[in-house]
Amino acid sequence: MSVIVFVENWDGKFKKLSFELISYARQIADKSGSRVIALSIGTVEDDELHKLGNYGADKILKVEDERLNSLINKAYASVITQAAEKESSDTVLFSHNATGKALAPRVAVRLKAGAVTGVTEIPSSLDPFEVKKKVFTNKAFANVRVRSVKNVLTLFQNSVEIKETENNAEIEAFDAEIRDQDFKTRVLEVNKITGKVLLTDAEIVVSGGRGMKGPEKWQPLEDLAAELGAAIACSRPVSDEGWRPHEEHVGQTGKIIAPNLYFALGISGAIQHLGGVSSSKYIVAVNTDKDAPIFEAADYGIVGDVHKILPELTGEIKKMKDA
Amino acid sequence: MKILVCISNVPDTTTKIRFTDDDTRFDTASVQWIINPWDELALTRALELKEGSGGSIEKVTVVNVGPKESEPTIRKALAIGADDAVRIDAEPLDAHVVAGELAGHIRNNPYDIVLCGIDSSDYNGSLVGGMLAELLDLPSVSSVSKLNIENDEITINREIDGGSEILSTETPFVAIVQKGIALEPRIPSMRGIMMARKKPLNVVEAAGAEPLTEFVRFELPPPKAACKMVDEENIRELVALLHNEAKVL
Ligand SMILES: Cc1cc2nc3c(=O)[nH]c(=O)nc-3n(C[C@H](O)[C@H](O)[C@H](O)COP(=O)(O)OP(=O)(O)OC[C@H]3O[C@@H](n4cnc5c(N)ncnc54)[C@H](O)[C@@H]3O)c2cc1C
Repeated sequence: MSVIVFVENWDGKFKKLSFELISYARQIADKSGSRVIALSIGTVEDDELHKLGNYGADKILKVEDERLNSLINKAYASVITQAAEKESSDTVLFSHNATGKALAPRVAVRLKAGAVTGVTEIPSSLDPFEVKKKVFTNKAFANVRVRSVKNVLTLFQNSVEIKETENNAEIEAFDAEIRDQDFKTRVLEVNKITGKVLLTDAEIVVSGGRGMKGPEKWQPLEDLAAELGAAIACSRPVSDEGWRPHEEHVGQTGKIIAPNLYFALGISGAIQHLGGVSSSKYIVAVNTDKDAPIFEAADYGIVGDVHKILPELTGEIKKMKDA
Repeated sequence: MKILVCISNVPDTTTKIRFTDDDTRFDTASVQWIINPWDELALTRALELKEGSGGSIEKVTVVNVGPKESEPTIRKALAIGADDAVRIDAEPLDAHVVAGELAGHIRNNPYDIVLCGIDSSDYNGSLVGGMLAELLDLPSVSSVSKLNIENDEITINREIDGGSEILSTETPFVAIVQKGIALEPRIPSMRGIMMARKKPLNVVEAAGAEPLTEFVRFELPPPKAACKMVDEENIRELVALLHNEAKVL
């Protein structure tokens, strides 16, 4: 028996969410008395792979093959399934991110496993297998029971604590069968935005809405983000009107994020906006309208003009850091 | 070429979420039903592609797995411009049922492109498109933000963490779409609504796909503590609270 975790890498490196996944898998494995197998696909140095052991991976399988340098769903799903079968895995774990969402359903079908996506807690029971997930775009939770022997899960980011353990991990090269017919899609070009904190990685997010008043007025918000090492986000009308690039749009129809701290600046707090940000640990709202719904979702609020408050806020944070 | 758009019938995005029967069921009383926002964008793109294809795309079909109650939503898709519709008569108990029923239908009625949304705003599974592709042994591309067809060649933009990729694919395939696929969902015109009444909505018997999961109990998040208000003249206090109380700075 084992819990197998697909650990994605970004240019050969892991991220916080990779370690969250391993910590989560470790807790399931401890409950069921099974092992944690981490599966890495692509080129990652052994030093980096070994880090997964710090969070409880017993064994790290690595699959390196030129053809797997970019994500091809069918080929990846095949490799992951082969690894899960070889390791007699009852649980296959992914992150609830773009890659996890692309692969989990395919692997679930191959393994005839029930799939539960966006899980937020350790399963409350292993037999029957029952686990909590988010539903209605952050507005509720459901406890889902899996009827099949195996299960496939995707873990919602920032919902479990990372725990370090003694590292006993071994690294093993896994010789999976890779079939040419699985490569009917091909990646022709990759365009990366560099030098920006990614929204999906950020601990702190600074977000502006229509109350910012115009695209030329974003400098003070950018200054705050720079001071905090934060990522920048925006509401939907802001990206629809082209004030900000579409990849900054958060909410039900944009990115769903869960940072530790979210600044909602000139954002009214529409239900579709909150759907994407209400999992933030803390929300700070600044709005001229004391009745704006954002204050119902926020932990800390200031009624006032963003343009007056932003420079002062950045200044005070700088002072605190310098002190 | 034929395009199939899979649509989910979901509560309006402003619905107040409530549960009944000891929190075992979603309370549908006075809920307004809509086409899942992603699926509506997928349909919009399918229609744009058809109109720009010079006739090489013959037809855009929508399909829903659901009971008779989802027919108004299906009619809306016809009013927006789909040529015909299929309703597979089954309770969409979980993603495995939905994908299984869709796969059964598509096996007998092949399409060149199948479009699904990245997630259904009710149970947020993000599963149907991928499961369907796997059941049919087709390639799938997820996080699709652009889809173009030129001389039968498909190009796709896929969003990745911190950027995007351009892909090509053979047909048939499944595209799982998200923000960017179309700018605004199309709104049905008066004429569209009139025509929708006459367009075929074929009801197909379920094949009997089995659920592998079961939603046993729902809960609402715990009520949030009241927002602490800080005076706008006292920004230093906010910073102190974030530092000492929330410990996030
Ligand atoms: C199907 C659907 C999906 C949607 N998905 C999303 C989504 O993913 N994300 C999203 O954000 N929205 C989404 N929306 C739109 C959503 O309903 C709201 O329209 C949107 O979030 C409002 O954006 P806003 O808060 O920036 O603007 P507004 O609602 O216009 O709010 C601006 C706020 O700024 C305040 N303000 C004005 N001037 C100042 C000032 N000088 N200082 C401080 N405050 C000021 C105002 O009091 C107001 O509260 C969706 C809508 C639908 C129907």
